[in-house]
Amino acid sequence: MKPFDYQRAHGLGDAGQLLVAEGAKPIAGGTNLLDLMKLEVETPTALVDVNRLPLGGITPHGEGLHIGALVSNSACAADPRIRGQYPVLARAILAGATFQLRNKATTGGNLCQRTRCYYFYDLSQSCNKREPGTGCAAIGGFNRIHAILGASDACIATYPGDMAVALSALDATVEIHGAKGDKRMVPVRDFHRLPGDTPERDNVLEPGDVITGVVLPAPPGGTQLYRKVRDRASYAFALVSVAAVVHLEEGVIASARLAFGGLAHKPWHDPRVEALLEGQAPSDALFDEAAALLLDTARGQGSNDFKIPLTRRTLKAVLREATGGTL
Amino acid sequence: MPITINGAEHDLDVDPRTSLLDFLRTGCGLTGTKKGCDHGQCGACTVLLNGQRINSCLTLAVMHDGDSVTTIEGLGTPDAPHPLQAAFVRHDGYQCGYCTPGQICSAKAMLDEVAAGWTSFVSDDVAGAPKLSEEEIRERMSGNVCRCGAYSNIVAAIAEVAEAQA
Amino acid sequence: MTRLYTMDKPDERNRLDAMAQGIIGRPLDRPDGSAKTTGVAPYAAEYVLADCAEGVLVLATISRGEVVEIESAPVLGMPGVLAVIADPRMITRSAQGGAGKSPVREIHKVDYYGQPVALVVAETFEQARDAATRLRIAYRADDPAKVPLEQDDSHAAHEAYGEPVEQGNLDVAMRDAAHAVDVTYTTEGHASAAMEPHASIADWDGNTLTAHSSLQMLKYNQKELADALGIKPEQVRLISPYVGGGFGSKLGISAELTAAAVAAIELGRPVRVVMSRQQVFQCVMRRSETRQRIRLAADGEGRLNGFGHEAWVSNLPGEKFAEPVTQASEFLYRGEHRRLRIDLARIHRMTAGSVRAPGEAVGMQCLEAAMDELALASGIDPVELRLRNIPEMHPSEGLPYSSRRLAECLKVGAERFGWDGSDRRPCQRREGEWWIGTGMATACRVHNLNEAQARVTLSTDGTAVVESDMTDIGTGTYAILGQIAGEMLGLPPEKVLVQLGDTRYPPGAGSGGSWGAASTGSAVFAACESIREQLAEQLGVDEADLTLKDGTAVAGNRRIPFTELVKADLTETGHFKNGGIDEKFAIAMYGAFFVEVGVNAYTGETRVRRMTGAFGLGRALNAKTATSQCLGGMVWGIGSALTEELVFDPRDGHLVNHDVAEYHVPVNADVPALDVVLVDERDPAGSPLQAKGVGELGICGAAGAIANAIHHACGVRVRSFPITPDKLLDQLPEL
Repeated sequence: MKPFDYQRAHGLGDAGQLLVAEGAKPIAGGTNLLDLMKLEVETPTALVDVNRLPLGGITPHGEGLHIGALVSNSACAADPRIRGQYPVLARAILAGATFQLRNKATTGGNLCQRTRCYYFYDLSQSCNKREPGTGCAAIGGFNRIHAILGASDACIATYPGDMAVALSALDATVEIHGAKGDKRMVPVRDFHRLPGDTPERDNVLEPGDVITGVVLPAPPGGTQLYRKVRDRASYAFALVSVAAVVHLEEGVIASARLAFGGLAHKPWHDPRVEALLEGQAPSDALFDEAAALLLDTARGQGSNDFKIPLTRRTLKAVLREATGGTL
Repeated sequence: MPITINGAEHDLDVDPRTSLLDFLRTGCGLTGTKKGCDHGQCGACTVLLNGQRINSCLTLAVMHDGDSVTTIEGLGTPDAPHPLQAAFVRHDGYQCGYCTPGQICSAKAMLDEVAAGWTSFVSDDVAGAPKLSEEEIRERMSGNVCRCGAYSNIVAAIAEVAEAQA
Repeated sequence: MTRLYTMDKPDERNRLDAMAQGIIGRPLDRPDGSAKTTGVAPYAAEYVLADCAEGVLVLATISRGEVVEIESAPVLGMPGVLAVIADPRMITRSAQGGAGKSPVREIHKVDYYGQPVALVVAETFEQARDAATRLRIAYRADDPAKVPLEQDDSHAAHEAYGEPVEQGNLDVAMRDAAHAVDVTYTTEGHASAAMEPHASIADWDGNTLTAHSSLQMLKYNQKELADALGIKPEQVRLISPYVGGGFGSKLGISAELTAAAVAAIELGRPVRVVMSRQQVFQCVMRRSETRQRIRLAADGEGRLNGFGHEAWVSNLPGEKFAEPVTQASEFLYRGEHRRLRIDLARIHRMTAGSVRAPGEAVGMQCLEAAMDELALASGIDPVELRLRNIPEMHPSEGLPYSSRRLAECLKVGAERFGWDGSDRRPCQRREGEWWIGTGMATACRVHNLNEAQARVTLSTDGTAVVESDMTDIGTGTYAILGQIAGEMLGLPPEKVLVQLGDTRYPPGAGSGGSWGAASTGSAVFAACESIREQLAEQLGVDEADLTLKDGTAVAGNRRIPFTELVKADLTETGHFKNGGIDEKFAIAMYGAFFVEVGVNAYTGETRVRRMTGAFGLGRALNAKTATSQCLGGMVWGIGSALTEELVFDPRDGHLVNHDVAEYHVPVNADVPALDVVLVDERDPAGSPLQAKGVGELGICGAAGAIANAIHHACGVRVRSFPITPDKLLDQLPEL
């Protein structure tokens, strides 16, 4: 770990000013940032501790909820309103990491979780995300956990989290406090970026930005599912995950909100798939069609080719379960 | 403000880079907390921070002034062991012993989480009250890797203490 | 005084069962349990030495070549940095188990990606780690395209390893067989991944190097370190009373120990070096990946006439070890036409060495999967098939078997599990979206013995002390040595203090090859027999007529407490040697695994639902610790079957998944309630204790049982371990 100035932010404005400085990074739970700093994948020159900012608590917000950026993953998943009205979110959070990590990891920090790409983590390997312009060793290497959708020639990394996948299905919004004191609302679906030519940027945050919270829309009801496929029964990143919020009315899919983890540089959301399903009676043929549409641009990198059939099968499982079907 | 560890106050005059884990082991001589991976992947460094279990390797000591930490040494001693420590011995819930303090700290917090009504990924109803089945214990203890493979005995030890507390 | 016991014939006296104390075999709690569960047991890195500096290793980032320059200057200017060391006394590979001499230590020559090439020492760990990360090293690298990095690489040299077995004509047997199986299986590399990373604190006083280190076999390690440093073994003292797991990775010394020692000598102050978890993966032992061709030729009743097991493994150039894949295949099943051989490819990955149950761990899992294929081909219950193939004599060497409880294990295990092998057709049972299936396998592991010494002192206060440099790596050595001494000397366990893990004590067997208990335990036994004789002589009776119990000697109608009888401390060193008993008998441990799995019909995820292991491992010296060892082995079987796999990048040979997040050892949720049965056994040829080895048997074949259960569940036969979801997906029944 490189030496850094440890600074504590005492207010939002204060935090913004400290974070505008080149090389400054905010730290909340630290479970991902310190992991990367020990390896010197992350080398902030100043670490701004935002833990004492008043960003805790889950409060009513219109018909929905406002989750403070510093609410721990554990507290969020344990909140009766989240568990009762947004079970897909509770389930997704509980699918990720461990109780120990979730006790520290925060809502804002978890959105900023970086990829688990092996090559990103290994300083001896080239990585455009870590060091722009050096190349992507994952392409042509071992890429079992890598992207099949939305990847670029510069980067095939995936966003590894679970929480944001559920937030994407719920169409939640990220509340951001800018360095100039401005507040902006960014849909979770637009918060993370595709890698393109600038894979070093995971999301749309600008220097000095502080995530202050996440806003959930009104409880969507319906059947809410989060399904995660992984190599171990617990404590493993998703090979593929699916978050689903499905309404069935009189035998017809009235609405289907779907998001996918493990497939791309961001939680994957494809409105075409939702549009296809809506207004249709559930059937295996329909689900196959939905999977085909979802994956029509999917491309394997070798070791992750299996994710294409795995996604197809997992989506089918989720849609069947959500619509009362069985195997 | 100092940090309170097992009831005693300690000054946090350290290199800001020092993890809470290294502060406990090197700064305070509390080597019962183990370093297995230093990256939050094994759970050997689990301690209780203000009553909640965390990986002490993935937090900085300087961030914790005013906080209260309980380590394995604070849970019990050879002369006055915590019921979980005694149950781990009885059920042989360890072999080499290196993951053991983390397992026991984790188990302590886990029982408190269940008492507080926290559900887990394997709970049938994520909104309901959790029941501490063996499957639940396994999921909730999955953040503590035991390479000796003592899991069956760890589950038995925890289940026994949980039953006694119920 | 020293009492020598040479194991050259079976010991039929069965002395332990004739003793009066009644503690041998009992499921007593470990005496070290309290220290381990309360965190006061000190592991290698945890000793406080005044003025101790911190060292961090630097690893190579090329697969083969030379270090041209180490750019030390910028790093030496960093705060707290004391030295950058690349010294010819530093080893660059881990020593093989039992080497007793230094491994390769050409610090400027690189043989594998991740090889240690330097040590950075600083006042604090943070300073040292940062400096080590920033240290720039210039290499002259060989073109990776010309460096053999995989077995199949055309540049790789191959050699035959060991003595192949060529007997009869396997090709003809295969051709004439009523049922024949000719299949090739593969297993990937494994890491021991002991929870305690390799760690050493070295201190040099000008004459003696004292090291707290995490090691399994101190008597060899002492010589290895002395050889590397160019000093005499007597100038090395190693201290390892608690070892946070080894599984083979700490049989020999590793790079952190010589680095710490050299730094301590050069700097004149103690130096601690702890490998990071990533470094443990990168530069300590791996288990070789294997390819295994298995040929089974059976008659109409499933009796084997032909048996072939050929394996392809790898190691670094210069290493003597090769994964002995066919070790148990030599004697487990019948078949007069035999072909067994091992091909060793020389490739540039970190040293291949012993990882828990070298040979059988991966050999048995593939053999037992192939046996399942034969059971299916012949329509015979897999349990019955194994029962029909238990040979009368060693099929190649003609030796008799010592005690062998394989048949009992198969039957007892089948009954405990509720095995029904009558219909092995797959895809017959589904619960919701899970295909359910069962599978079984034989367990087998050769019995090893090693020379060992232990000193036993019976004191005037009626207590005893056992001392040996033997280690307890989680195996239960503290418990069982105390129970042996207590049983022989008539003392309750709390009256026996066992002191281990210090080269100042007599050299034990070390922990490895499952030989620790039987070998060091026999040294304790021999010492105790001698002490008993001295007490008997004092009382004027035959030793056999002496009863010792609860600290009192009973001879005829006399009862005398030790506190009166023992006028001066009685100290005896037991010295145990293998006198060639294994050349007279085929001696091994046996067992059987029974498993039920669920395979997800959508995703191919496999979960083990229940698992029974029945084991015949000679006398269990402590039923609790022996059971735990078996449980642990079965957990390793789950890992080997489903998740564990070292992945190397074929372009540059670097280990891709070098941490615990991506090398998937089983977590608690992967492991169901496991059921272990210890089948009662006394093997007079195993040791004078009638005990054999325990620590490795539980893994040997377990993964095969899981593979067989997966086939039974969903009809997919995967011949490539680990069986991850991607390998099942395209063959699962359509949804």
